[in-house]
Amino acid sequence: MQAIGVILYLVLAPVVGALLDGIDRKVSARMQGRQGPPLLQPFYDLGKLFTKQMLAVNSVQMLLNLSYLIFLAVAGSLLFAGEDLLMSLFMLSTADMFLVMGASSDSSPFSTLGAGREMIQIMAYEPMTLLLAVGFYLATGSFQAGDIVSQPVSAVVTMPGFLLGLLFIMNIKLRKSPFDLSTSHHAHQEIVKGLTTEMAGPTLAVMSIAEYYEMTMMLGLVGLFFVNSSPVSWPLAVLACLAAFFLETLWDNASARVKWRTVLDGCWVVTLLTGGLNGLILMLVR
Amino acid sequence: MAKTKLAKSPWMLHYDGSSCNGCDIEVLACTTPRYDIERFGIINTGDPFQADILLITGGVNFQSESVIKQIYTQMPDPKVVVAVGICACTGGVFKDCYNIKGGIDTVIPVDVYVPGCAARPQAIIDGVVKALEILQQKREAYAAHRRQGKA
Repeated sequence: MQAIGVILYLVLAPVVGALLDGIDRKVSARMQGRQGPPLLQPFYDLGKLFTKQMLAVNSVQMLLNLSYLIFLAVAGSLLFAGEDLLMSLFMLSTADMFLVMGASSDSSPFSTLGAGREMIQIMAYEPMTLLLAVGFYLATGSFQAGDIVSQPVSAVVTMPGFLLGLLFIMNIKLRKSPFDLSTSHHAHQEIVKGLTTEMAGPTLAVMSIAEYYEMTMMLGLVGLFFVNSSPVSWPLAVLACLAAFFLETLWDNASARVKWRTVLDGCWVVTLLTGGLNGLILMLVR
Repeated sequence: MAKTKLAKSPWMLHYDGSSCNGCDIEVLACTTPRYDIERFGIINTGDPFQADILLITGGVNFQSESVIKQIYTQMPDPKVVVAVGICACTGGVFKDCYNIKGGIDTVIPVDVYVPGCAARPQAIIDGVVKALEILQQKREAYAAHRRQGKA
């Protein structure tokens, strides 16, 4: 059962991620009154990037990007195998450090700036991901994702605050406005694309696939709130994930980018108000 | 007539050689909801490392010459160049100015010429779609070349 979860995640996560990205681009275009690219555009993009000439700025960038990809794949596999949630979330932040190193391995001022901004983003979302694991432990008595999904009642009933907090910081992880400081799906000519400035062809493709793994894993975390021991909860969780993704797209299109200080303050305050308060209540009623 | 195959996922880089900004405004107009070049999967990127199409407006002067050469060499193969506006094609009314070298093709090879002053968004999109055909041919040639190189 565990092996099936891992294999399904490793094989399907990039496909699901790319499809979601296609839907995102289409939906965003419609929200802006445009026709938008074909649904399968992210697949075309990946295909093209892999066939481009390999221009490497140094010998370690590809290796670091591959590490980013592998660590994200392992982090997601841990979650979908029903393993330790805490371990999975630690792997998630380790993976991000490889991306930061990959971007700062070059002397370009743009990618160095992007790497710095990525670190600020890590600082902003990290408290919430850690609190999330603690919250699941308080609500279900276990860090194991397998135990969490076999509870009689969905976790969202006892920890709605954590879900709100997760949706808030997921905006950073999905690289959406207002928190898309280090790289973005829009503003292709601006400094906010800094992180990927020195990535060309295959290197950029590896990073995009890693992003798709991450996207699927984040939605997996949302699903974890809804799945319980009854089989009916699984389709419900998928619907909840799609709704969460749509909300992030809507938020992305309805808001402007903010300064790094606002990102940091906003995320920490929201983390305290949602995760912190919800955690406190869970501790009191236990 | 056989349906020509267009290159998918062409990312575009826009550079202003020495234009009066008339053509630049029209290039930007192509990205608006009315013309929406993202229909073709085109992303108006700012990074030569990630670009497939180099779109240049305005003629070449002695200051922009080195910049154009540098951007062109930074773009990975396969790539195409589109000269937008009459100044980019031939130098236009500035052709005889002391500081103007002439059209873009005096510095780098140009694949598609889009005349006009300023070139209309419809003409620019038409030119870019022509460039997509050429880009597709170049990609196929590049892939065949790579296969031969590896064999």
